[in-house]
Amino acid sequence: MFKLLTFFIFLSIKSFAALDVTISQGQVEPTPIAITQIFGSEADTARYGNTIREIISNNLTNSGLFYTVNEDLYIQSDNLVEKVPRFEDWKLIKAQFLLSADVKKSDKGIRLRMRLYDVFNGTEIEKLQLTIPDEDLVRRVGHTVSDIVYERITGETGYFDTRIVYVSEVGPLDQRIKRLAIMDQDGHLDSHQFLTDGKNLVLTPRFAPNNQTITYMEYKNNLPRVYIYNLLTGEREIVGDFPGMTFAPRFSPDSQSIVMSFSEPNTANSEIYLMDLNTRSLNKLTDDSGIDTSPSFSPDGSKIVFNSDRGGSPQIFIMDKDGKNLKRISKGRGVYGNPVWSPRGDYIAFVKNIRPDFYIGVMDTNGDNERIVVKDFSLESPAWSPNGRYLIFYRQQRSNTDGTGGETTIHFIDITGYNERIIPTPRDGSDPAWSPLL
Amino acid sequence: MLKKLLLLIAAGFFLASCAATNTETGGDVDSTSSASSSSSDGSITAGTQEDLIVNVGDRVFFEFDSSELTVDAQATLDAQAAWLSQYPDTDITIEGHCDERGTREYNLALGDKRAFAVYSYLAQAGVDTNRMDYVSWGKERPEVIGSEETAYSQNRRGVTIVTN
Repeated sequence: MFKLLTFFIFLSIKSFAALDVTISQGQVEPTPIAITQIFGSEADTARYGNTIREIISNNLTNSGLFYTVNEDLYIQSDNLVEKVPRFEDWKLIKAQFLLSADVKKSDKGIRLRMRLYDVFNGTEIEKLQLTIPDEDLVRRVGHTVSDIVYERITGETGYFDTRIVYVSEVGPLDQRIKRLAIMDQDGHLDSHQFLTDGKNLVLTPRFAPNNQTITYMEYKNNLPRVYIYNLLTGEREIVGDFPGMTFAPRFSPDSQSIVMSFSEPNTANSEIYLMDLNTRSLNKLTDDSGIDTSPSFSPDGSKIVFNSDRGGSPQIFIMDKDGKNLKRISKGRGVYGNPVWSPRGDYIAFVKNIRPDFYIGVMDTNGDNERIVVKDFSLESPAWSPNGRYLIFYRQQRSNTDGTGGETTIHFIDITGYNERIIPTPRDGSDPAWSPLL
Repeated sequence: MLKKLLLLIAAGFFLASCAATNTETGGDVDSTSSASSSSSDGSITAGTQEDLIVNVGDRVFFEFDSSELTVDAQATLDAQAAWLSQYPDTDITIEGHCDERGTREYNLALGDKRAFAVYSYLAQAGVDTNRMDYVSWGKERPEVIGSEETAYSQNRRGVTIVTN
């Protein structure tokens, strides 16, 4: 078993190293996994079992690192939670890993048991039992088991039991109605919820890295200001009392502060400010006649990357958290925006525009080794998966003078530029942001 | 209603930054019609948004990624300042807008700079700052839909809105 796991990690390290040369070498051959029927003792638990199996299979496939071996090929059809698998039967259909699980009602709620096997080595590599109080959590069980399988096999932190907050869009492009909405990372409709009613324009939601709070911008009474929204209590609160527009908010890594732009009165010049949410004390970090916006903390909290046109065109700059040691890091052709530091600390995602095209890419934290991940007519708002291996972003289609077009959709892609897919939303969607693991 | 009117004007008028037109003619604009000629139309109440649009020009336009006021824009704002001194009880909000290119956040900042450029020009032209407010809408509220320069040039704008 150990040998095989090492082999897999070796593969993925190799693929990321290959990124430095060209992204076309970044694709990893997906690992075949078999997932038995998830057996339920009762009619509803059988149904939950089917739902959970579907969630796990979709999650693992969508990661680009796995594919689920077709069920029709399975030779052994037993519940393999209690019984040792006939590994030869699974080897024959080329399943490298095997997952089996069952679901049963208990006095405490619903109990799921799972076992994960390494088929080639004929060993069990994970065994787990978890109980949930009610069926509302069934989807989360599917995501949790997906995370366990992903982590056990790849050695990387999972990202499936997470949510995406975004801006749901509807209506004509010149009077767009925008609402905050939230859903599981797979975009499943059962998990979808609106957070605001659409009365006020809302933009750019972002999750706190370690709690269930989001920060965003809202035009309440036509005053554009930064707010925070506590998802557990539903409470909304304005951040500070500013005599001008506040925008582009992001949490600090400890979730205790917000870094954002404030357009100062008497100049309307945007500077970056840091506000401590506990003491409400305010620190001005930039001081320049150019636009300073889209700040994003390094995960260790020591640095901030941001967007500034102080040199004449929008570029990416980096500074210490107190505003010192400021320097430009973007080096390529075109103009840059929207830098976002990976939660792993290794890369900065960005948007760039070489007219007429937009690109989303990643670069090292000193601006070296810029790599383009995706290109289109209009792309924006990259946000990292909590494990720093994937990005979500949105595309906007061209619009036409008759008012058609301009559709916005949310997309998922791995940072090698492969494995892109749409994350479905009931209406148009923009400004996606990823929650931490729940 | 007002929106429709603005669209009609915008549709007929790509280059004029301080244009006046007759509400009746919509997009089909007679270039000889001047500010004073349309004020003969009895349907427009003096000192209103409609009056400002038709007889002065409610908006100025900007170059790509710029918040500098062009010569045309300054002429429009001089006329707006004169109009505002004629109606001293009128308060205004100035909206700054951008075209769809560029990030949402950068455009919010740019829209604020545009709105403020209009605000401070009017203030220097003698309009009391207590009568004025400004707000950025970034790229959120285009005037003209379309991913092309004719739409973009209409959307990079500062618009003066009568609020009372």
